[in-house]
Amino acid sequence: MAELDTSSGGGKKGGKVRSKKASTRVDLTAMVDLAFLLITFFILTTTLAKPKAMDVAMPDKEEKQTDQLPIAASRSMTLLLGANNKLEWFIGEPGTSQPETTTYGKNGIRKTLIEKGKEVQQSTGKYMIVLIKPSDKSNYKNLVDALDEMKIAAVQSYAIGDITPAELGLLKRDGNY
Amino acid sequence: MARVKVPRKSTHIDMTAMCDVAFLLLTFFILTAKPRPQDPVPVDIPASSVEVAIPDENVLLLTVGQGKVFYTVDGADVRKQTLIQMGEKYNVKFTPEEQNKFMGTNIFGVPMNQLQSFLHLEGDQKKNYKQPGIPHDSTANNELADWIRESRKVNASLHNKPLYICIKGDNREEYPTIKTLISVLQKQKANKFSLITTLRSAPKSK
Repeated sequence: MAELDTSSGGGKKGGKVRSKKASTRVDLTAMVDLAFLLITFFILTTTLAKPKAMDVAMPDKEEKQTDQLPIAASRSMTLLLGANNKLEWFIGEPGTSQPETTTYGKNGIRKTLIEKGKEVQQSTGKYMIVLIKPSDKSNYKNLVDALDEMKIAAVQSYAIGDITPAELGLLKRDGNY
Repeated sequence: MARVKVPRKSTHIDMTAMCDVAFLLLTFFILTAKPRPQDPVPVDIPASSVEVAIPDENVLLLTVGQGKVFYTVDGADVRKQTLIQMGEKYNVKFTPEEQNKFMGTNIFGVPMNQLQSFLHLEGDQKKNYKQPGIPHDSTANNELADWIRESRKVNASLHNKPLYICIKGDNREEYPTIKTLISVLQKQKANKFSLITTLRSAPKSK
């Protein structure tokens, strides 16, 4: 223990001048208080949640022309990210099917992705390919949300692409640009 | 009746062990704590359901906010060598003092011609200095691409590992800024990179 044996070993005899017995026991309560206060401070100020990293792989730019495989229009779904947190989706090429406006999140695009993914799987026997085309009016959060939906809906193949003027026209027509 | 005498016990508790434990924990927390670098622009990170944490080392972080791009790279040695190589490229001579200052600069976003005067700023001045961001036009003046390329080279030679490129963007950042950034990366065949997100706290009820 922390305290020392302060009793001087000898008996009462001897008649020597003895210093007063002082306890060496130090009250550590205040020190412990302080230590725990600092611990609390450090625990609260350290960032517990490390930022997460969402991996994105873009296609190689040069190989675009040479190595491109044609994919069936019936298998591809295009998401057009517009302004005001709205997005439009359609299957196939622009113009052939009517695009639908929807929102991000559980009841919006996620439902569509899962349903259409199943439909495509049944009709063609292959997985669906999703093209994400952000317009200039969409923001970074929209892109991250769209990529996140790909992960949640377990879309096997998706890519980020540049929006074409025809698709931009669709967004403009529906007031999402 | 003789009552049983309860011997009086001291209420004093020995705090020594508790004190030891407390200070041990305190030391641990102080030593493991990493100061978080202050972002020059407020950046509100988007949320996602991804649960992969970013690695601790060999990270090149591009912070995007208000249309400006800021640059961070891990490791003081990588920073120093990158600065030297960038200086050679742009014909700017950096003194050893400036190099040391640059090693201590975590994040910056100034063009090459302002970098020297930026490095000479002290403490608060540096903090309050409105950094214009690193130029990243798709045309001739693309310093960002050079910064990224040089630090990738340096990291490969010093640490023998590829750099892990991360983009930390603000929620409201408009897509064109991100698009130019991605095309800068694509141009130097850095086709794999990461977007930094936070964990979505509660299931979205949209």
